[in-house]
Amino acid sequence: MWADTSVKFGNMFGAVAGFLGVLLLLFYLAGAARGRLSRRLAILLLLGPAILLLLVGIVIPAIRTIYLSLFNEDSTKFLGAGNYTWAFGNSDIHQVLLNTLLWIVVAPLLTTGLGLVLALLVDRLRGQAIYKSLIFMPMAISFVGASIIWKFVYAYRDPSQPQIGLLSQICLWLGWHHPPNWILSHPLNNFLLMIIMIWVQTGFAMVVLSAAIKAIPEDITEAAVLDGAQGWRLFRNVTIPMIRSTIIVVLTTVMITTLKLFDIIRTMTGGNFGTQVLANEMYNQAFTEFNNGRAGALAVLLFLAVVPLVAYNVAMLRKERGIR
Amino acid sequence: MATPTRTGVRRAISSPLASFAVLLVTVVWTVPTLGLLVTSLRPQQDVANTGWWDFFAHPHLTLANYHDVLFNGGFGVQDGLMPYLVNSIAITVPATIFPIVIASMAAYVLAWIPFRGSDAIFFVIFALQVVPLQMALVPLLQLFSGGAHIGGVTIFPALGMGGTYAPVWIAHTMFALPLAVFLLHNFIAQLPRDLIEAARVDGASHFRVFRSIVLPLATPALASFAIFQFLWVWNDLLVGLTFTGGAPESAPMPSRLAQLSGSFGDHWEILTAGAFVSVVVPLIVFFSLQRYFVRGLLAGSVKG
Repeated sequence: MWADTSVKFGNMFGAVAGFLGVLLLLFYLAGAARGRLSRRLAILLLLGPAILLLLVGIVIPAIRTIYLSLFNEDSTKFLGAGNYTWAFGNSDIHQVLLNTLLWIVVAPLLTTGLGLVLALLVDRLRGQAIYKSLIFMPMAISFVGASIIWKFVYAYRDPSQPQIGLLSQICLWLGWHHPPNWILSHPLNNFLLMIIMIWVQTGFAMVVLSAAIKAIPEDITEAAVLDGAQGWRLFRNVTIPMIRSTIIVVLTTVMITTLKLFDIIRTMTGGNFGTQVLANEMYNQAFTEFNNGRAGALAVLLFLAVVPLVAYNVAMLRKERGIR
Repeated sequence: MATPTRTGVRRAISSPLASFAVLLVTVVWTVPTLGLLVTSLRPQQDVANTGWWDFFAHPHLTLANYHDVLFNGGFGVQDGLMPYLVNSIAITVPATIFPIVIASMAAYVLAWIPFRGSDAIFFVIFALQVVPLQMALVPLLQLFSGGAHIGGVTIFPALGMGGTYAPVWIAHTMFALPLAVFLLHNFIAQLPRDLIEAARVDGASHFRVFRSIVLPLATPALASFAIFQFLWVWNDLLVGLTFTGGAPESAPMPSRLAQLSGSFGDHWEILTAGAFVSVVVPLIVFFSLQRYFVRGLLAGSVKG
């Protein structure tokens, strides 16, 4: 095992050293050039690698995915829109699209809502840094790690046995003697999986919104208070409109993450028990069903759903920066 | 400084109830992770027969689970999780360094060597952030394993990289570039013009300016992005799983843990120990570099 390990680390160091060595050598050689050639060489050598990698790694594959989505599973027969009509006509995929829709509505709204409430409340507490850290902490954990953590919380045992899952135990303590097998209970399981996403992302929402609230100019709140606004009315008529664009950015950001959701489903249920979502179904079509046409069509649907969100998100960010 | 008005806003929604609510959320947010840690430290017998909260009544500690999961192969693999841990490190370090270097080179050109079309190139790179990973997976994997052919003519050979780290390194580098170029460009474009022009007038080549002026001055931006990219790669499942196929020769921790959570669901003492090994690295980064971490994460929140 140790031999294996040292070979692996050897590869790692070799790759990094080789990469940096080649670059330095190229820089040294090209640096000797003078005049117009030097400028052209600089553009070619410094910008070239990024452009090449982006073309080979993203642009061409994305175009090819669109092309593949028009063909059958091994790309030998042209189907036209066949894979797309399959995606919208198949009842299994209906469930997938419905789940995805449920996810992108519920999870971002709850995350942003909870984040907003916490942002308003936490700044007034003593030791707020500790609360903020602990609530933000899940953001550092992988979705796979988070899923295992919550799978343990949802663990089911027959009620006559000693419980190991915290959720079932709490139900028993509260007097509910027959808690269900959580992960198998449809449609409840979808919401239980969403809790993982909310758990991970709420800290992000809280930190961003808290910064936005602090950035509201003093004179605006002062003027509103002089006009008699207080408490809930001040919050609704001044605070919320002032941070509206930030709220939308947080909402769309969480939505984009949710739309691409893959890890949680894969780790928790593998897409079984009625919990399948678009990105995981796309992976299954590609790598367990080996149907590149259908996988391509699902990827294109995902792409089309993401584009308006990202565009809106970026436009909002620009506008917000422009105002400040 | 809190002005009277601000305090007013705060007081209006302030009450013991509010403090209690925040406290409650914090507890709910922390307890699941605590449960994972505690379980991973309890003897197998205890884990199988009692809930982890029972630990506080009957504390028995052991490191046996960690030894089992890492070395003994409690998972039916000869070497346990250790090969995957090694893979995770060996994947993450180059997959962090490569994109940072390549992106900062590109960002320097786009910011400081304007040429016809450079603005358009920057915009296209920026816009590529929209493309989800899923759009590139299948064709890129086909390219790595089978090369590229047009009408029977091979324009790119099959490289035989199966079982090595190269496909994962390259894929992570490619997918990181749009965000990296965008963020680093924003920073590098704002470096003091005098400094760079003075060096150019003194006869320094663009390569020299990049290496001895731009890179050192851009360190804060490089550090923020490095932390973000390190965690992104360390925590990633999709790219690692797709480009290694989950094999012990090259697959990282998350892909193995995701498999095991399906098949080893009953061996919680081992699963929790494995998960904690994977989770503890980001947590250390988080608690030691919190400020950079938050900044990096916020900047990259749309990636993928």
